Amino acid sequence: MERKEWPLWEVFIRSRNGLDHKHCGSVHAPDAKLALQTARDVYTRRMEGVSIWVVKASDIVASDPDAKPELFDPAEDKIYRHPTFYQLPEEVNHM
Amino acid sequence: MTNQNTTTPGATPEHIEYVLRCADNALILGQRLSEWCGHAPVIEEDLALSNIALDLVGQARLLLTHAGTLEGRGRDEDQLAFLRVERDYRNLTLMELPNEDFGRTVLRNFLASAFQVQLWTRLVDSTDRDLAAIAAKSLKEARYHLDHSAEWVIRLGDGTALSHEKMQAALDFLWPYTAEYFTASPADEAVSQAGIGPAWSSLEADWEGLVLPVLDEATLVVPARTPFGTFGKFGRHSEHMGHLLATLQYMQRTYPGARW
Repeated sequence: MERKEWPLWEVFIRSRNGLDHKHCGSVHAPDAKLALQTARDVYTRRMEGVSIWVVKASDIVASDPDAKPELFDPAEDKIYRHPTFYQLPEEVNHM
Repeated sequence: MTNQNTTTPGATPEHIEYVLRCADNALILGQRLSEWCGHAPVIEEDLALSNIALDLVGQARLLLTHAGTLEGRGRDEDQLAFLRVERDYRNLTLMELPNEDFGRTVLRNFLASAFQVQLWTRLVDSTDRDLAAIAAKSLKEARYHLDHSAEWVIRLGDGTALSHEKMQAALDFLWPYTAEYFTASPADEAVSQAGIGPAWSSLEADWEGLVLPVLDEATLVVPARTPFGTFGKFGRHSEHMGHLLATLQYMQRTYPGARW
């Protein structure tokens, strides 16, 4: 039997005090508007958010999990890329 | 809700009946929608319908508590929700009709929440301060219920041949029951004269203003009005009401005073 599944949408919520939208899960919905409604119903029932983004999962371009060694391992021994070798003045201590 | 403007007991019977009708519409539709919990076509809509049911039961709790205060006979929300006899419930017959299928369910939600949006909008200015506060809270919820159901009515009505056929059948079935919203009643007359709330018959044009464009977009044909009438708001309910109440009242009847 042919199965006509609704597309998958990834849901990002910005919390009340948060500055950025954070990925919190996914929903199935036939179109963008219903995906937003559905995300609201599924993920903001307990006052979790003040703003929602939904993105069609198929529109997200992801890195290849098998390419981890060449993509991410080379950064491991380059600690000098962290800005931890500077003496900061007192005034900017909370960076 | 603040109690600084709590209405004094001893309100008129018409005032109490009007608040009870608001309460029972929310209670009975909420009870019907709760039947979808665990049974909706997809888990996302399962949550959506349960959310709406919980909104409505929450409205019913506030309204029943308020009605109990107005009545001044010491009945609380639980006694009013669970221990009245069928004839004392004032909900429209529309609310107690079985869900049938998802299409009819969202269509009824649409017809009902469009009315609620109009009603709460007016009741925000009620001289009954408690009722006005409940209206302000409920209006936000009703607006979302209207959005949610309207989107579904459009998609299913203007969807596949099968979904269209089911939605048209649902509209043909439900539409005659909506006439009850607008039939005159002595309670409406007294309450509107006292500035407590609008006579529901006065909301028909505004309700149609919300409902008809959506039904049109959904490519559904609105049936002509007929002499068919229902009388749930006067306590004369359909054969479905007893079954609904049996489920709703079971716990309190079996374990009187039970709390959880």
